Amino acid sequence: MINSSSDNVKKLNSINRRMFITGSVKFFIMIGLVSRLFFLQVKENKKYLTLSDKNRIREWKLAPVRGEFHDYFGNVVAGNFEAYQLHVIPEQVEDFRYVIYRLKDLLELNNKEFKKILKKKNEIKPWETLIVSDNLSWKKFSKINNHLYDLNGVKPVISISRNYPFGENFTHVIGYVSQANENDIERNEDIKKNFVPGLKIGKIGLEKSFEKQLIGTNDIERYEVNAYGRRISQLEFQKGEKGKSLRLTIDTKVQKLSNELLKDQAGSICVMDIYTGEVIAMHSSPSFDPNLFVFGISQDDWQIIRNNPMKPLVNKTLQGNYSPGSTIKPIVALSALENGIINSNFTVNCRGHKYPLELYGQTYHCWKKQGHGFMNLRNAMKQSCDTYFYEIARKLGVDKLSETAKKFGLGKEVFGDLFNIEKKGLIPNTQWKKNALGQSWLLGETIITGIGQGYIQTTPIQLCLMTAQIANGGYKIYPKIVLDDEKKVSPIDKFTPLYKNSKNIKIVQDAMFASTNEVRGTSYRSRIDDQKYQFAGKTGTAQVKRITEKDRELDLKTFEIPYEERDHALYIAYGPYKNPRYAVSILVEHGGNGSTTAAPMAKKLFKTIIDRHQLRESINNKKYLDI
Amino acid sequence: MYQHKKLNSNSNNFFQKFKNFDYTLLACILLLGFISLATMYSTDGGKILFHTKSHFIKLIFFTLMMLIISFINIKFWFFVGYFFYISVVILLIWTYLFGIKSSGSQRWIDLYFINLQPSELMKICIILCLAKFFHRMKLENVNSIYTILTSLIIILLPMGLVIVQPDLGTSLLIAISGLAVLWFAGINHRYFIYTMLGFLISLPFIISVLKPYQKLRVLTFLNPDRDPLGAGYQIIQSKIAVGSGGIFGKGFLKGTQSYLEFLPEKHTDFIFTLFSEEFGFVGSAFLLIIYAIIVYRIIAIGANTRSYFAKLFCYSFGAAIFIYITINMSMVLGLLPIVGSPLPIMSYGGSSMLATMIGFGVVMSAKVHSQQAIA
Repeated sequence: MINSSSDNVKKLNSINRRMFITGSVKFFIMIGLVSRLFFLQVKENKKYLTLSDKNRIREWKLAPVRGEFHDYFGNVVAGNFEAYQLHVIPEQVEDFRYVIYRLKDLLELNNKEFKKILKKKNEIKPWETLIVSDNLSWKKFSKINNHLYDLNGVKPVISISRNYPFGENFTHVIGYVSQANENDIERNEDIKKNFVPGLKIGKIGLEKSFEKQLIGTNDIERYEVNAYGRRISQLEFQKGEKGKSLRLTIDTKVQKLSNELLKDQAGSICVMDIYTGEVIAMHSSPSFDPNLFVFGISQDDWQIIRNNPMKPLVNKTLQGNYSPGSTIKPIVALSALENGIINSNFTVNCRGHKYPLELYGQTYHCWKKQGHGFMNLRNAMKQSCDTYFYEIARKLGVDKLSETAKKFGLGKEVFGDLFNIEKKGLIPNTQWKKNALGQSWLLGETIITGIGQGYIQTTPIQLCLMTAQIANGGYKIYPKIVLDDEKKVSPIDKFTPLYKNSKNIKIVQDAMFASTNEVRGTSYRSRIDDQKYQFAGKTGTAQVKRITEKDRELDLKTFEIPYEERDHALYIAYGPYKNPRYAVSILVEHGGNGSTTAAPMAKKLFKTIIDRHQLRESINNKKYLDI
Repeated sequence: MYQHKKLNSNSNNFFQKFKNFDYTLLACILLLGFISLATMYSTDGGKILFHTKSHFIKLIFFTLMMLIISFINIKFWFFVGYFFYISVVILLIWTYLFGIKSSGSQRWIDLYFINLQPSELMKICIILCLAKFFHRMKLENVNSIYTILTSLIIILLPMGLVIVQPDLGTSLLIAISGLAVLWFAGINHRYFIYTMLGFLISLPFIISVLKPYQKLRVLTFLNPDRDPLGAGYQIIQSKIAVGSGGIFGKGFLKGTQSYLEFLPEKHTDFIFTLFSEEFGFVGSAFLLIIYAIIVYRIIAIGANTRSYFAKLFCYSFGAAIFIYITINMSMVLGLLPIVGSPLPIMSYGGSSMLATMIGFGVVMSAKVHSQQAIA
C-alpha cells in the first residue's frame, strides 16, 4: 500500500511536470496563432482587402457611342441610330429549345443563320448574353414584343449603332465601320483600350483616320461576381463619353449631284475652294452602301460589290493613277512660259496626220486629222493642239516640266497622311527613270509627256488642286476635308506664290477661258454665258492603249470601241471666271472624250456650286458672328 | 477516510452532481455551439438551409448526450475503455470492407439514420484506451519494452486502418492523440526526441512514398503561388478571406469571399476562415480565447481529479483538442500544409462532433466524480 502510494505520488509528479511543460508550449503556440492572425488581419489587411475586391468586383465595358460626321451645313452624314436587337440569356430560359425554335419561326431565320446562333450559344457561358439578332426591322421587333409572353428569357434591346443616311454618297470620303478584328485591336491603342466584343470601328476612309477622336469612351458597369463569374449585383455605372463629332467641308448637295452625274459610270468628281482648300465634293463612282458593312456584309452583297467591273471598292479620286492627258497642258504651257522657253506669241504649224512630228523614226500625231494650222499658245490651248505642245515640251525638257508640275501639287499626296490609301501619282524626270528603270530618258518620252501621256500619272484630286492653284492666281493652298482638324497645324507657306511672273498665270488662265468660252474651244459646247456662272477649263482625253495606224484609219466613234479600250475622259475647270472661287476636276473612266463626256458635267456642277456659294459664305460669317 | 466516504455518498446524489458540474466549461461549449450555428447559418448564405438545420440538430442531440455521459460515473468509462477501443477498431475494419465510398476515399459506414466516420471516434477512444492501459502501471514499468510495444501497437493498428481509407490527416490526429497519452504517462522524453529526429531524417523518404496529391499539397504549402487556380487556390483564397477581414471583420453575413463562393470547404475544414472574415481579428481572438478557456478548464479538471485515469484522460484530451485547433488554424492561416482536420465543434460533421462531445462528456464526468477513486 505504501509502495503503491509512493509510486502514485511519483506518477503524479511526473504527469504534473509534463503538464507544466505542455502548458508552456501551448501558451507559446497560442501566442503564435494570435500573432499570425494579427499579421494577416491587421498588418496585411490592405493587401488582402484589395485581393478580395479583385476577386469579387468585375468590370463590364459597354460599346462607346461613336462621334458623328456632319457636312459643312451641319447635316448628319454618319450618325447613330437605335438598332433593335434581341438578346437571350440561356440560363434564364426554362426551355431553350422551345424558345429558340419559336424565335426561328417568328424571325423567319433560315437554317444557316439558325445554326450560327446555336453555335454561338455553345461558345458562351450560360449566363452570358446571346445576341440572337443585332439589327431587327421595326416590324419584326414589334412582332417579337407581341409574343413576349411566350418567350421567357428573351430580351428586346435597343442598342446604338452606326448609320449612314446618305448611303453610297459619302462612302469614299467617310468610309464605313464594322466589327473590329484581332488585327485592328493589335495595331491601334485606342481600339485596344476601348474594346468590347461587338465594337465597331472605322475600316476605311475618315472613319479610320479619325478613329482616336471618334471612338469615345466606354460606359463601365461594375458588378459583384461570384467565384464562377456570375453577376450578383451591380455596384456602379460609369457613363462614358461620346466620341468627338467632326464637321466636313463637304456640301452634301454638291456631293449628291456628283453621284448623280457619274451614275452608271466609273469615275471621279472633286470640287475645291481655291482659296481655303476646302473640298466641297469628292466622289468616286461607282460607290456602295456603307450601311451594308455595319452588321457584317452578307456573302451575296459582297460578291456583287467585289465582282463589279467598275471596281466600286477603289477610291478613284485618291487611288486612281491616270494619265492626265491634255489636262496637263496648262502646266506645260506655264512651265514653258516661266522658264522663258516661249512667249505667248510663239507659233507652231500643225499640219495634221499627213505631216506628223517625226523624231528618230517615231511619229507623233495631233488628235485632229486635218491639223490646226498655225497655232499660238492661246489657240493651241483652246483647241488642245497636240503638235504645239510636242514642240514646246521638246524645247522645255522633262526636268523643268516636272519641277513646275510638282510645284503645283502633282506627284505627291494631296491630303498627306490623312487617307492611307492615297496614291502619289507619278511625275517623271530623267533622274527618276534612271533610278526606277535604270534607263536613260528618251526625247520621245518628253514629247508625249507634254500631252500627258507616257509615264506621267496623276490622281483626280491632284488635278483639282493643280487647277485650284492656277485659278487662285498661282498661290499655294492646302486642301482639307475636315474642318477644325486638331491634328493639322496651319502651314506657314500657305499663299506663297508658285510662279516667277504672275503674268504667266494670267496667260494660262486666259487660254483656259478661251478653251471653254470661245468658238472652236474644246469645251465650248459646255460653256455658260451668264457671267455669274461662267467658267474656264481644259478638257483631256487619256489614251488607255496605244493608238495604232489601223485605229487611226478606222477613226471609230467611242461607242464602237470595247469599253476597256475607250479613252478616259477628263476635265478640269474653275469658276466663276471673273472672280474665281471653285475648282473642279472630273474624270470618267473609259468615257471616250473629255469634251463630250466630262465637260458637260462641269456645266451642271458649276450651276449648283455657285448657286450655293452665298449659303456657304453665310455659314462662315455666322461662325464669326458667334465669336 | 470518513470525509472521503461522505463525499462519495454525496456524489451519488443527483443534485450534488449538478452542483459539481463545471459551468464555465459548459457555458463555453454552449457559446461555441451558438457561434458555430451562426457561422453555419452564414455559410448557407443567410438562410436556414440543410447545413444549419443538420448542425443544429446534431448540436442539440450531442450536447444532451454529453450531459448524460457526464452523469455516468467515471468508473464506467474506465471500465469500458478497452471495449470501446476494440469496437471502434472493428468498425474501422468494417469501414475498410463495407464502407461508403465518396470522392475517392472510403471513410463512412451507413448506420441508416446517420453516416458514421469511425476514424473520428478513434481519436477519443485511443485516449480512453491508453489512459486505462497506463492507469495501473507502475512508473518503472512505463518505459519497459513491453509497454512501449503494446502502446505502439494500440496506436499503429487504427492508424493503419485509417491510412488505407485513405485519410492521412485523421490518422495523424489519431497518432497525436495517442502520443499525447504516452507523453503524459511518463514515457521517457528521449524516446520522443529520438522519434522526432528519426522522423525528420526519414522525411525525404516519407515524401517520396506520398501519393501525388499529397506531395502536391506539401509543395503548394511551400509556395502557394505556384498554381494559384489549382492546388494553391484553397490556401490563397483562405488567406485572402482572413486577411480582408481586418480588425472588426466585414460583418455578419457580409463575408464576400464565402458568400461569393470563393472559399472552398467553408462548412468543414475552412469554417474558421469564414468566421474570421466576418468578425475580423477581434472575433477570431475571441474565438481563440473561448477555445483556450475550454482547454484550460479541461486541464484544471484533470488537475483536481483524484483518479490517475481521469487525470491522464483530461490532460491528454486537453492536449489533443488543443492540437486539433492548432493544426486546423495553422492550415487555414497558411502555416501548415492542407491536411483534412476539422475545427472541434465549429466544423460541420457529425462524427467529429460526436467524438468531441464524448470527450467533453468524459471530462465533465471526471469533474462530477472528481473524488471517485478507481481501484
